[in-house]
Amino acid sequence: MTNFLTTADFLTILPETIVFVMGMVVILFDLFGRGRGTRNLAYLSLLTLAVTGYACVSLYGQGLTGFRGTVVADEFAIAFQAIFLIVAAMVVLISIRYLEAQELPFGEYYALLLFATGGAMLMASSRDLLLIFIGLEILSISSYILCGMIQGDLRSNESAMKYFLLGAFATGFLLYGIVMLYGATGSTQLGDIASALTQREVYTNPYIWFGLGFLLVGFGFKTALVPFHMWTPDVYEGAPTAITAFLSTGPKAAGFAALVRILMEALSATHTQWVPVLWVVAALTMTVGNVLALQQDNIKRMLAYSSIAHAGYILVALVVGGKDGLSAIVFYSLAYTFMNIGAFAIVILASEQGHERVTFSDYAGYGYVEPVLGLCMFVFMLSLAGIPLTAGFAGKFQIFKSAIEQGFVWLTVIGVLNSVVSIYYYLRMVVVMYMQRPTATSLQHRATVSVPLYVAIAAALAGVLYLGVFPSDLLHFSLQSVSMLIAGR
Amino acid sequence: MTILGLPILSLIIFFPMVGVLLLLFVDRNSDELAKWIALAVSAATFLISLPLYWAFDANETAFQFVENVSWIPAWGVRYHLGLDGITLFLVLLTTLLSVVAVAGTWRQVEHHAREFMISLLLLEVGMTGVFVSLDVFLFFVFWEVMLFPMYFLIGVWGSERRLYAAIKFVVYTMTASALMLVAILALYFYNYRATGQFSFNIEDWYRLSIGLPAQYWLFAAFALAFAVKVPMWPFHTWLPDAHVEAPTAGSVILAGVLLKMGTYGFLRFAMPLFPQATQAFLPWLIGLSVVGILYGALVCMVQPDMKKLVAYSSVSHLGFVMLGLFALNQEGVQGSVLQMLNHGISTGGLFLVVGMIYERRHTKAIAEFGGLMRVMPIYATLFLIIVLSSIGLPSLNGFVGEYLILIGAFQVSPVAAILAASAVILAAVYLLWMFQRVFFGEVTNKKNEAVADLNWREVAVLAPLILFIVWIGVFPRPFLSKMETSVGHFIQMVHTEPSARAALLEPHRVADEGGSDVSIALKTQ
Repeated sequence: MTNFLTTADFLTILPETIVFVMGMVVILFDLFGRGRGTRNLAYLSLLTLAVTGYACVSLYGQGLTGFRGTVVADEFAIAFQAIFLIVAAMVVLISIRYLEAQELPFGEYYALLLFATGGAMLMASSRDLLLIFIGLEILSISSYILCGMIQGDLRSNESAMKYFLLGAFATGFLLYGIVMLYGATGSTQLGDIASALTQREVYTNPYIWFGLGFLLVGFGFKTALVPFHMWTPDVYEGAPTAITAFLSTGPKAAGFAALVRILMEALSATHTQWVPVLWVVAALTMTVGNVLALQQDNIKRMLAYSSIAHAGYILVALVVGGKDGLSAIVFYSLAYTFMNIGAFAIVILASEQGHERVTFSDYAGYGYVEPVLGLCMFVFMLSLAGIPLTAGFAGKFQIFKSAIEQGFVWLTVIGVLNSVVSIYYYLRMVVVMYMQRPTATSLQHRATVSVPLYVAIAAALAGVLYLGVFPSDLLHFSLQSVSMLIAGR
Repeated sequence: MTILGLPILSLIIFFPMVGVLLLLFVDRNSDELAKWIALAVSAATFLISLPLYWAFDANETAFQFVENVSWIPAWGVRYHLGLDGITLFLVLLTTLLSVVAVAGTWRQVEHHAREFMISLLLLEVGMTGVFVSLDVFLFFVFWEVMLFPMYFLIGVWGSERRLYAAIKFVVYTMTASALMLVAILALYFYNYRATGQFSFNIEDWYRLSIGLPAQYWLFAAFALAFAVKVPMWPFHTWLPDAHVEAPTAGSVILAGVLLKMGTYGFLRFAMPLFPQATQAFLPWLIGLSVVGILYGALVCMVQPDMKKLVAYSSVSHLGFVMLGLFALNQEGVQGSVLQMLNHGISTGGLFLVVGMIYERRHTKAIAEFGGLMRVMPIYATLFLIIVLSSIGLPSLNGFVGEYLILIGAFQVSPVAAILAASAVILAAVYLLWMFQRVFFGEVTNKKNEAVADLNWREVAVLAPLILFIVWIGVFPRPFLSKMETSVGHFIQMVHTEPSARAALLEPHRVADEGGSDVSIALKTQ
């Protein structure tokens, strides 16, 4: 056995460490700096995220492994960690104004956001089921609290409660799955599970199938796949809007990162079993998400169902697998981050002191009240709908391209028809903004200036357009980031 | 190849963007200025596109004015443009009708003129891009993106049921093109397996031999996307809604150019890529075309609304275009391409004149009018010329196209040609009957007494269309001669198996014979 604690061990988890430590620093700052508002905490969090980003960049390509192979800083981990950092940074940017407008002066908010991000990062870099579980729990528990941040609001409380209860169930399933896999293979390390599965008596052990099933159910809850999606609209609707933006992007991507790693590194020998199951789940998730989104009047609920549908597209990429398919997951996660947080940023900017603007009719004539922001919203909607020259199209194109390449023609047909369905409800936003006359209750005044929000919207817009028009760079990067997952198979 | 060292096709595509950028800086209340900018920019675009006609080498089979640079290397996507004798005219038609559309709606746009003009100019970018893209990915991008300016034109500036019409237009087109995307991806991998190269280059794809059941499916996916756009019966139901609700400029562009994208799609993609499937489906396609011709004509006869009547007449006329295309001989296809131009000019003109009376009376119902001949003599005259052109009166443009199409179709299927020819009579019935009810007799409705005749601007808008109506009708040679080689090349392509196309796809020149089958056929008329 090699030396237990080396510098490499700590370097491997350096990004996570920075985020967790700084999360605690933020709490302390909040404790001793009460009364000075939360803006400084937001900037401290941004600084933390930037430093962590730098750490990630420096670790990229070194392929460090730590703690006896349970944690790894490989390209895949760092790619997803970078996505989580971008998510967190954008959420911080859109939160500043939101917290002030909704009168939520809680410094813990930023600390919890950092913890959640750290948890997500740990999920991407762990190669041990237990560690993945710990990362997931850090992420989930922080998210439960964030959902209930608006203490006086019943919906927010409902959201937190619902998320907590169903999350606890999911956790239970996940633990059962881990236990059964451990029982069958004698290890929680992904690599050991994979090598145990090469033995025939292990491979045919029924506990493997139960374990796999429970794991899929657990992750199905966490990433809101049909039929485990029921909690999503209520939780997303009740949570503070900035947190809804976070939930729909960060934890979802983290769930997929961990699922991909488990399925590819530990359970790839069983892919003949899970591919057909996930095929059906993907088709259902896309269809149910899109069809239910059609009839929503509340934008947060619409975006909640749309996030279910987008999870379905990502799942198509996972079903397809291979270098192209897995790289599409990385690409799509980032693309989705930009377009979805961009849309939420506009919703936040449109909200007024103590009053949110979340129904479609609030936005009647918005395109003429706020020409620039209306145009941004239009672009985000086009991207979500998957129209060419936007990130959403490039992502979908990569997914469907890999699906056709591997012969999943029918799944592709279901996917493209679903994105046609989605055009209807995304364009509804456009219809309302540009084609309806303003009503007495709709937005009449321009929003007050908020530089952080503008920065977030501009970044989202730049991301959507850049990835849409010149996707090559990120495509190469995401291909690189998943190549070791395939090589190790 | 370029003109004066300029990448001429890119210039034509993106010059309207200059107008868009300028308009973004115009104050949102200065409508007049916005209109003048749009007019100047679209007129400049037309002038830039005009030299293409002379610079185009009519004896060359290969694409001309080619631009080809890498765009998305990860997928092998290239920014690849080129022009042949068919798209030459489609591009010119686009740039011409864009000017006409801007000038023709000077007074009709009552609000947000700046945004209206931005939409029109963006639409022009998309339309030109569709016609000159030789990279299928690039084509698809233009094809989809172009929908949205049109969607706005209908949805923001349309009449009462505009939201319904706008969303129907988008959903119909998108559904069909989503399946086309799947087919495009499939071809992309066929090409990769055959050559080891990731490429969306249409000229590479022309060499692909595709097995039989697969070829049927792929053809069906492409054909559906284009058939919705044309629109072929029974995929036409979005068209009357879109036309009736759209503002005049939207209708002009929609009928004049957008519908041609469907026929162009058959010509450039569906038919040459899948020759065997084309042959197999040909009887059905000819059948649907004839049904479309007759159905459109019959439905026209019962329309109480002028705009709806013109909309349905498009279904009938586009049926002719498709029939000529599916005849797959020199006369048929050349007539079909010429008829694309004719339809753009005549039907664009019809929508303009209907729009002019709508501006004055805010109604398009035929029953509201009667006896306008006495009140608006200039209007009546120009209206009549355009109506006659649409009917296909000899010595006007419609006749030349329909005549060639019928000659071509007769060689393939006499029954189809005879049935189609009867629609020419029906066209005379429904259009002349409408003309009679609107213009002849006494003024029965008092409101029509005080209606002003056309002003100089409106006459100037119609003048170029009238010019081409007469020119093509009397002397079509300058138009036919430029497209002859490309049409012949297209027919050869469809008749040649992809594996045997190597020689065909090499750039080669066709000898000048001083007169082809078509011009002889025309001389003997």
